[in-house]
Amino acid sequence: MLTLETTIRNGDFALRADLSVATGRRVAVIGPSGSGKSTLLAGIAGFLDASGRIAWDGRDLAPLPPAARPVSMIFQDNNLFPHLTAAQNVALGLRPNLRLSRVEETRVDEALAHVGLAGLGARKPGQLSGGQAARVALARVLVRDQPILLLDEPFGALGPALRDEMLDLVAQLARETRATLLMVSHEPDDARRIADEVILVADGTAYPPVVTAEIFANPPEALRDYLGD
Amino acid sequence: MTRTTATGSIALAVVLLFTLGTLAAVFWRAEGLSGFGTADWAALRFSVVQATLSATLSILFAVPLARAIARRRFRGRGLLILLLGAPFILPTIVAVFGLISVFGRSGIVSDLLRLVGLEPISIYGFHGVVLAHVFFNLPLATRLVLQGWLAIPSERFRLAASLGFGPRDIARTLERPMLREVLPGTFLVIFLLCLTSFAVALALGGGPKATTIELAIYQAFNLEFDLGKAALLALVQFALGLAVALVALKVALPSGIGAGLDRSVTRWDAQTQMLRAVDAALISAATVFLVLPMAMIALDGVPRLFSLPASIWWATLRSLGVALASVLVTLALGFPIAALAVKRRGRLVEGIGSITLAASPLVIGTGLFVILFPLTDPFALALPVTALVNAVMSLPFALRALVPALGQIEADYGRLADGLGMTGMARFRHLWLPRLRRPLGFTMGLSAALSMGDLGVIALFAAPDAPTLPLQIYRLMAAYRMPDAAGGALILLASSLALFWLFDRGGRADADA
Repeated sequence: MLTLETTIRNGDFALRADLSVATGRRVAVIGPSGSGKSTLLAGIAGFLDASGRIAWDGRDLAPLPPAARPVSMIFQDNNLFPHLTAAQNVALGLRPNLRLSRVEETRVDEALAHVGLAGLGARKPGQLSGGQAARVALARVLVRDQPILLLDEPFGALGPALRDEMLDLVAQLARETRATLLMVSHEPDDARRIADEVILVADGTAYPPVVTAEIFANPPEALRDYLGD
Repeated sequence: MTRTTATGSIALAVVLLFTLGTLAAVFWRAEGLSGFGTADWAALRFSVVQATLSATLSILFAVPLARAIARRRFRGRGLLILLLGAPFILPTIVAVFGLISVFGRSGIVSDLLRLVGLEPISIYGFHGVVLAHVFFNLPLATRLVLQGWLAIPSERFRLAASLGFGPRDIARTLERPMLREVLPGTFLVIFLLCLTSFAVALALGGGPKATTIELAIYQAFNLEFDLGKAALLALVQFALGLAVALVALKVALPSGIGAGLDRSVTRWDAQTQMLRAVDAALISAATVFLVLPMAMIALDGVPRLFSLPASIWWATLRSLGVALASVLVTLALGFPIAALAVKRRGRLVEGIGSITLAASPLVIGTGLFVILFPLTDPFALALPVTALVNAVMSLPFALRALVPALGQIEADYGRLADGLGMTGMARFRHLWLPRLRRPLGFTMGLSAALSMGDLGVIALFAAPDAPTLPLQIYRLMAAYRMPDAAGGALILLASSLALFWLFDRGGRADADA
């Protein structure tokens, strides 16, 4: 279980979060732009200063640097290093110095095959399509095999069909790795498609998760303003 | 990340030791300052006056030239802009040689004057120093002003055209505000470069009427071995440089490494025959002024190329060694300082790194000499010391290229690398190095070319039997062995440009977007 009793600071902005997310849940984080959705994820991942407690299964994550936290994160962009091949980009998830054993190399190949990129490991990001690049980032999530998966509007640049395809792949990977998923999105449809629950972020607060169908059936005022209907 | 702090601090300490430490060493050995005599006042006055005049003239010519280049499209425009960047890596002694071939007593201009029965002109003295400084800095000023012109959005010129603005209206509403922003920084950069000028003054100046403070330090040290005087002059030079640097902090300094100058602006107001003719004349005159001295070196140098004394070839090898060593030291200092500057996000680190812009190589050299003298034979260390000082002097340019690039890399990929645990060598090898290839190639090329052509500290440490190529050329010129000097100048010119080109190309080759 992920427990947040914290205030996350991003420059002058502060986001208050008192909530918990059960293990294995898939949660969409939605709210107006500038409300602090990305701040919430960056705080959990360890990129921003946070007071109070951010704990995973009772263990406080606050003293841990980003790489030591039980977290994989996919950003809005720049998820791949353009000068490294797809396989090397995945391999970084196992060894930051890229010195892989035979066994680890096999794992990288398997992960690429699993996301539908078998045989494309030698390509550089510039030679991949947007969808393929997103799959490489997901293959890295797979080899890292961390219990928390954070996605910060990762597929914003993809077309609607490809985006749905990616969301389904994310949901599938989260199921397979039993990961707890937090995904920032500004599309209510994304949330309906893969999320069990929704965290609403508005007015400097991240509210506790509510079951997806429920929150859209009976939206609180901040969400109503955002949805605009 | 503490490793970043440690290595960065060590590199900064080395820079401070070289700049402030050497200044302190000069004082310590000087045992008190000698009085500031008439000759010293003259040197101070000359330094300031020639720097002011050089900067003013450079800007005066640069503004119409940059305007002409900005608003005209012509064949060879890209080549001309490339040429405007060349003097920066052009060895001073080479340029001086070329200028003597054109403007000297037996140069082209004097020959023409003799043909029509007039007296030949001389290039030595005040006007020669200013001429050389304008030759070096007119191109720099033109590039900086051109950047300003091309930074004005083309929509504004379209708007002006649709409102029926004439050239005067455009100058008032668009151009003068831009110049007010660009010119102060441009003036300061050129003023500073001319203020610390040594090689030009050594070759073309001298005597009581045309001695810069740098040259006076050299003379106090080399001819009179008067450390007290050298120390006093060093202090004056440092204070002067610092004062200008402080003013420069208030004024935004232009970056100089401009990209995207290949664009031109369509100007509906400037299509008259008259303005076209004026622009064409300006561009032609500037091209001749810049190209002729270089062409003369080729003309004078080529015939002697295969019968040069062996000493020139040995000097070339020495200079290449010094240049490559200087590249390594520049990187060893520049990388940690750039990393620390990006981590701290403060301007302090960069400021300290750039303190060498105001520092003088002659002061550093004198300081190193008095430090080394009790320990060992400083003349035996002439080449390593030259490489070190060259590296420190090219550090501001290295930081100007590396810090923004590294900052961008960290902004784009820092979190990704942090999340994956890429620290230390892994981050250096797999993130920084591959993504910094272009600025690194540029930095290495620049520092190699600057070091290859440097005639500063080496003159101070001058071991009689082991000169670098620029020093050897200077000695040949001083001995009036002009054909040999021309051959050496051609070799120096070619190797400086080749070094820059090789490194810069290396950074561009198959770099991933």
